[in-house]
Amino acid sequence: MPNQQSMSNEPSIGQPISRLEGYHKVTGTAKYAGEYNAPDLLYGYIVNSSITKGKIKSIDTTEAKKMSGVVEVFTHENRPSTAWFDFQYADMDAPPGTVFKPLKDNDIQYNGQPIALVIAETFEMARYAATKMQIVYEEEEFETDLNASLDLVRKPKKGLASLLKPPPPKPTGDFEKVYQDSFVRVDNHFSHGTEHHNPLEMYASTVIYEGNGKLKIYDKTQGTINSQLYVANVFGLKMKNVQVISPFVGGAFGSGLRPQHQLFMAVMASLALKRHVRVTLDRAQMYLIGHRPPTLQHLKFGADQRGKLNAIYHKAIGETSQFEDYVEIVVNWSNMLYPAENVRLEHEIVPLDVYSPLDMRAPGGSTGMHAIEVTMDEIAYKLQIDPLELRLINYSEIDKSSDKTYSSKELRSCYLQGAEKFGWDKRNPAPRSMRRGHKLVGYGMATGIWDANRIFGRAQAIMTPDGKVEIKSAVTDIGTGTLTIMTQIAADTLGMSIEDITFSYADSKMPFAPIQGGSFTTATIGPAVQNACHALNKKLFKLAKNIKGSVLSSSKLQDVIFKDGFISLKNNLDQKISILEIFQEHGGEAIKTTNSAMPNPLTYGKKAKAVHSAVFVEVEVDEELGTIEVKRAVTAVAAGKIINPKTAESQILGGMIWGISKALHEETILDHQFGRYMNANLAEYHIPVHADIQDLEVLFVDEEDHFVNDLGVKGVGEIGGVGIPPAITNAIFHATGRRIYELPIHFDKLL
Amino acid sequence: MIPNFRFMANSEKHSITLQVNGHPYQLELLPWVSLLDALRENISLTGTKKGCDHGQCGACTVLIDGKRKLSCLTLAVMQEDVAITTIEGIAAEGNLHPLQQAFIDKDAFQCGYCTPGQICSAIGLLNENKANTREEVQDLMSGNLCRCGANKGIINAVMAVKQSISHE
Repeated sequence: MPNQQSMSNEPSIGQPISRLEGYHKVTGTAKYAGEYNAPDLLYGYIVNSSITKGKIKSIDTTEAKKMSGVVEVFTHENRPSTAWFDFQYADMDAPPGTVFKPLKDNDIQYNGQPIALVIAETFEMARYAATKMQIVYEEEEFETDLNASLDLVRKPKKGLASLLKPPPPKPTGDFEKVYQDSFVRVDNHFSHGTEHHNPLEMYASTVIYEGNGKLKIYDKTQGTINSQLYVANVFGLKMKNVQVISPFVGGAFGSGLRPQHQLFMAVMASLALKRHVRVTLDRAQMYLIGHRPPTLQHLKFGADQRGKLNAIYHKAIGETSQFEDYVEIVVNWSNMLYPAENVRLEHEIVPLDVYSPLDMRAPGGSTGMHAIEVTMDEIAYKLQIDPLELRLINYSEIDKSSDKTYSSKELRSCYLQGAEKFGWDKRNPAPRSMRRGHKLVGYGMATGIWDANRIFGRAQAIMTPDGKVEIKSAVTDIGTGTLTIMTQIAADTLGMSIEDITFSYADSKMPFAPIQGGSFTTATIGPAVQNACHALNKKLFKLAKNIKGSVLSSSKLQDVIFKDGFISLKNNLDQKISILEIFQEHGGEAIKTTNSAMPNPLTYGKKAKAVHSAVFVEVEVDEELGTIEVKRAVTAVAAGKIINPKTAESQILGGMIWGISKALHEETILDHQFGRYMNANLAEYHIPVHADIQDLEVLFVDEEDHFVNDLGVKGVGEIGGVGIPPAITNAIFHATGRRIYELPIHFDKLL
Repeated sequence: MIPNFRFMANSEKHSITLQVNGHPYQLELLPWVSLLDALRENISLTGTKKGCDHGQCGACTVLIDGKRKLSCLTLAVMQEDVAITTIEGIAAEGNLHPLQQAFIDKDAFQCGYCTPGQICSAIGLLNENKANTREEVQDLMSGNLCRCGANKGIINAVMAVKQSISHE
């Protein structure tokens, strides 16, 4: 029932409404997890292992405990007992394996592992006392270098997480033979290093001790219920006694998909000391909570004379920890886009002495699509076909990897509209053929793709006698615009103005929402909000019908509209009953309904569902210095219905800047002698600054999709970042004639 | 690396008065407390953000006598007798400063965590009167990182306000 009851003259869906929480964010009144104060709050500072692998032989806390204002020091020797079983530590995003348990024993599994927590009356004293710990280690040999450990490569274990991250599909056709016989063959190796999420807000949990085993926790997370589950399970508390609230989240990008160490630490200390406790990570510690894994890729693509791909081989080898088998979807994308008949896709992992990797914006997609789209560019050059033309030659309305048709796919419009906006036709195809003074100019393009998923979510709608409606869901808003978008969806479904809707969220006491990630939040919670609003309308209508002498008594739900505080007959708007009257008859009580939404299990799997993009980039490369600048970029996106073009554009722009960063800036460098990240700070971990960001443009092409969900939305969180790194790499080739297979591309690689 | 705080840990608390957003705040602080932590933990003005505590991200930018300063790189005891303005003091009597409104209009933020620092920095930049072109604004705002990638909106917002001032 898409918007059947909404006849609002000015639907808010599709309007570029400014973020409803904007006032709080520009005035400093938006409060984040580490900003809730409480009387006599205690501060915790985490102590990290300085070795990579081995045992703690002894840990002496005497001196630290003597410092004035230090309340307690927790180590593996004195920590309170927590849950026994592995599964009790598992969160919604836990990969197959054994979840890391802070302070479990004296075993050190990675450099920087949390090994103690100092609790003091001030932050400064906790941090200072942490330097007074006397720790003796017994060091063991370790390995952190992916390239040096390829003999350890193996297939990842499967588990619950494999549901959302399916392994590569089985081989089809005969890759080896067809590849060998192909008119054109390209055989490439790609690699990129470790990357860290680095949200600007550092991880913090403020635990308010409410007595009797009851906690109220302000936590930085992408899932309030995920954190609640973890705390309740690990510390043996009742779910109803653990409330997790995260009204504002200062960026996350995947790092908040799993409960982080500071949550465990703060809860442990709060329960043991029966006090309010806050634990905040510092910036260096932000590099110890998960990362995009360094990954090696091998691709072999074969095509015929016309450029039609007929053989695809794509293998990825990713790093993981010794305790969890982290995987991402790196190799599944090429055959979703290009309908080759002979395909072999493989994904393997190498366990190393590092912390587990963790989903980071467009996990897997931004890795795999880089290699795929650079390889496509090479085929275009080998055959002297325009790279855009090559994509159109290989265009497919079906996902060949599953042999399903797409629920919608307006990628062709993305290619054409994006190319026009960018001026692709002004490109001289020869490398090094375009220049501006001493700068070489290059144009590059690439395709982007990301899954359009939805899962299970719930929402509540409450109408009060003043006719105003509150919608509730436990979902977070990590800067994605969720608050604004859900308010728009509710307003349009109810036929009300957004001013009369309050969206309450980010509280684990509210109806269930899964973790906010994978671009599935709007498609998951949006329909739940819609269902709750439909149900509310139904209830109101039933009550209106039952009023004595009701003008609606013989009408059906589809005969009426809800607007401006009245339920009116569609064909005679004067025949109406006011919401106020309904409430009077109802005894003035609020009317509530809680509803779920999930895909229909019988039909949902019958079609392939994805968002697409076409990306066009212009770079300038200084011929002598090798410095690279992205002068302009256009991303054309097909992502179904766009609820709010303003916040959606920002999502895509953010993704594009992440793409620029991945291509040209960011990388965490591990010193394999020590097993430690060397640039764990924001001065040496480079991300784009304002001066790096020039002319970026986003356009959304029209795409109607009645299959994915009633709203027709697909999600825009990840797609913006997927196509940029290959488009930049291809543009650099066009500018310089140099093909670089490693990311990030720094000037030294061009000298 | 954690610096050696031995000297400061053994010091006495100092009685100081900070002038923040036009209000005097009397505090008893050890000398090792940064202005940033004094604002956030002792005065409960949490609008000023801590993104790195090392002067690398700009999230803690405040205005001191109208000039932008990183509050994590200065100690609270050094900032008596100066006028400190934080994001909470930018909107005059509930009316948003034109930059604050421009940030909302241009969608110059997503998560909002770098926003107070960006706005304070931009006001400082406008006071400096050095940046004339978009490129110069981009350059002189580059000490304020934004990880969400709201850079375009941020510079658009600053340019809009800059242009409206020059037209006055």
